[in-house]
Amino acid sequence: MMRLKDLSLKDLSLKYKVPLRVAVLVIVTAIVLTATLIYRGIDDLRYNLIVNADKMGRVIANTLVEPMLHDDVWRSFEIINTPFRVSGLQTPDQEAGYILILNGSNNVYASTKPDRFPMLKDPATIDTRYTELLKALPDFQSTLTAIVELDKPDDLFLLIPIQTEQMRIGTLVMSYPKSPFTSRFYRLAKDAVLITLLVLAVLLPVSIYWGKKMAAPLLQLSDAMSNITPSLQEPGVIMLEESNDEIGRLGKSFKSMIAELKEKEDLQHQVIASDRLAAIGRLAAGIAHEINNPLGGMLNSISTYKRHGTQDPFTLKTFSILERGLIQIKETVAALLVEAKARSHPFERNDVEDICTLINADVRSKHVSFTHENDIIDTQALPSTLVRQVIINLLLNAIRETQEYGHVHLHIYRDRGNLVIDVSNNGSYIPPDKVAYLFEPFTTLNDSGSGSGLGLWVIYQITLQMGGLITVQSEPDETRFIVQLPLQDDRR
Amino acid sequence: MINLTGETTSHLTRLSKDDSRVIGYRLIRILLLLMVLPYASETHAAKPTAEPPIRIGLTPVFLDDQANFVNDWRDYLGRHLERSVVFVQRGSYREIVDMLREGKLDFAWLCGYPYVRNKQHFRLVAVPLYQGEPLYRSYLIVPSSDKQTRSLADLRWKIFAFSDPDSNSGHLYTEYLLAKQEESPSSFFSRTFFTWSHRKVVEAVASGLAQGGSVDGYVWDTLALSHPELTSQTRIVNKSPQFGHPPFVTNTATAKRDIAAMQRVLLHMAHDTDGLRLLKNLNLDGFVLGENRLFDGIEEMAKFVGNRKNDAPQRP
Repeated sequence: MMRLKDLSLKDLSLKYKVPLRVAVLVIVTAIVLTATLIYRGIDDLRYNLIVNADKMGRVIANTLVEPMLHDDVWRSFEIINTPFRVSGLQTPDQEAGYILILNGSNNVYASTKPDRFPMLKDPATIDTRYTELLKALPDFQSTLTAIVELDKPDDLFLLIPIQTEQMRIGTLVMSYPKSPFTSRFYRLAKDAVLITLLVLAVLLPVSIYWGKKMAAPLLQLSDAMSNITPSLQEPGVIMLEESNDEIGRLGKSFKSMIAELKEKEDLQHQVIASDRLAAIGRLAAGIAHEINNPLGGMLNSISTYKRHGTQDPFTLKTFSILERGLIQIKETVAALLVEAKARSHPFERNDVEDICTLINADVRSKHVSFTHENDIIDTQALPSTLVRQVIINLLLNAIRETQEYGHVHLHIYRDRGNLVIDVSNNGSYIPPDKVAYLFEPFTTLNDSGSGSGLGLWVIYQITLQMGGLITVQSEPDETRFIVQLPLQDDRR
Repeated sequence: MINLTGETTSHLTRLSKDDSRVIGYRLIRILLLLMVLPYASETHAAKPTAEPPIRIGLTPVFLDDQANFVNDWRDYLGRHLERSVVFVQRGSYREIVDMLREGKLDFAWLCGYPYVRNKQHFRLVAVPLYQGEPLYRSYLIVPSSDKQTRSLADLRWKIFAFSDPDSNSGHLYTEYLLAKQEESPSSFFSRTFFTWSHRKVVEAVASGLAQGGSVDGYVWDTLALSHPELTSQTRIVNKSPQFGHPPFVTNTATAKRDIAAMQRVLLHMAHDTDGLRLLKNLNLDGFVLGENRLFDGIEEMAKFVGNRKNDAPQRP
């Protein structure tokens, strides 16, 4: 169980991590951009304000020279008041708070706010900031504008000398409130927040989709990996999106790894099965030899006794029972000890037809529909006895294992130096775990106990000794045994 | 009170004299017309411009900054005088006074103060009727925010606005009041300045630039009708006794015929609709011929102030 404290940020699903990262990126970008834009915007505003104010101030200062020389306060007042009379037309951002004319001794000559700055007053007694402000006055001879921003930044001041013939007769003070800067700041910030929210509203759903899309194959992969342990799945069962990106390559590698593991596992099973069969074969052959020697002696003795011994009926009956038992042992042992050395005529087309005739009785008794394809035209370089035994055993097996009214099909053909015997029936599904034991003696698929339990063992032994190959394909509605026997002439 | 009837009678007799002269001129004109008969139509059309225009100097004794009204009034006078009329406006009374003395103007609407000072050069033409009388007052005004000031005495060491140094109501009267207390504007006030117009005195006081001002009462009253938002920012502290209203004057060189024509047109304004409309705009009731006695009060004040100035040591 996952406790809450273990659920740290790094444990979050990609479904949430991707949108979160996108949001963080968008917000960081927005903050950086907004800060830059606000800084630029306010800097531009300040620059424009100073440039415009300086231009206007210089025009006003020039115009003021004559009325001030003539001591015409009213005209001076009218001149500095002009910008305020048309203030309705100006952008509120660039409106001067007030304009002040200081005379040669830095007292108020006229102002646009006569209530606050009455004539003849020392401005420093009205607004203490002027003590500091007047220190920033340009040099007496200078024609430069002094721009002053005081420590407590409510206002921006422009000090422009009013000069005639290199002589200063006064100073024009223009005060600009800083409230437009803050209002511009808030306007820009508000716009930026709105746009960021808008972008997030668009990008978040997209990033959620991306997150899901990225997480899905990884989740599939991890599910597939955690399912490896009990038994390997077929590589085709793992549904992974095919692509050439990292995740796609990971999926491909995983699939090929599974395929290799599966191949290895199958090979291992085959090796184990054939090793076991070989061991059983060796064991059976050893036992058969050990049995055959005393058995031959016993049968010889019985035959000798029957020919030369007393003809006591009871004894004869007993010996006859012994002889039948011993013969059955011999036959069983002979069946176990498949001998491929029997000499016979080469296998030919007619052999197939014979076999079909031979098994007809079984076909009828089981009500099985039997069809066959015989693609053999000439004689084959294979001993007919053995091939016939293989075919008969395969057909009898198929007829026995198919259901009532089932279907059995035989196909014999040549394929690249092989004689291929293909027997298929419907039903009698063989589960994969039983295939490994299929060819061991006395193995039966159902518990009916019919058959000797040696049919497939014999087929296997014969095929093995002839250097052939048996393939079993079993699906729920069809089981197919394919035996490939290499032609002896072609092999040489 | 003034004997208006007596003046009117003499005017009428003068008119009859002028009439005979006009008839003589007309005979000559008819002869001339016959001589230039082929060009008759052109000459007739050019007739109004053939004579030099009547030049009338205006000063801010009224609200002279209404260009449309001034044009209408000029056209009206031109129509009734059968002459083209030119109005001349200048920045100060002095310039108009000088122009009239030099003969560059035929008439001028002046303040009573420059008229009495130039009595030997100027002749009275007509005096406006304000509220039925050819009289007006000077107002002492302060900003309406100033609730304390009760009289001129409260304005010591304050900043004071005058309209024009040659104005009676906007300068002389206050100067006279101070002179009676052996003071002068420069000694009494901390600073004074001229706005060169009565209306601008109101503006200066309303804006707070000046803490007090002398203004033509007629102009203030007229402004109160047209721009109450401006006058409401001022408060009248004191109204002066009545003085002769700023008169229409002419110089001694102007032809008697032109003077009489001007008097006839001005006096007639109250008797036709166009004239009444213009008078209504001026906030006046009409014009009368008036007499010099109207300006005796101003003359006395001017003498008093002048004497005191001559007695007092000249300021550097």
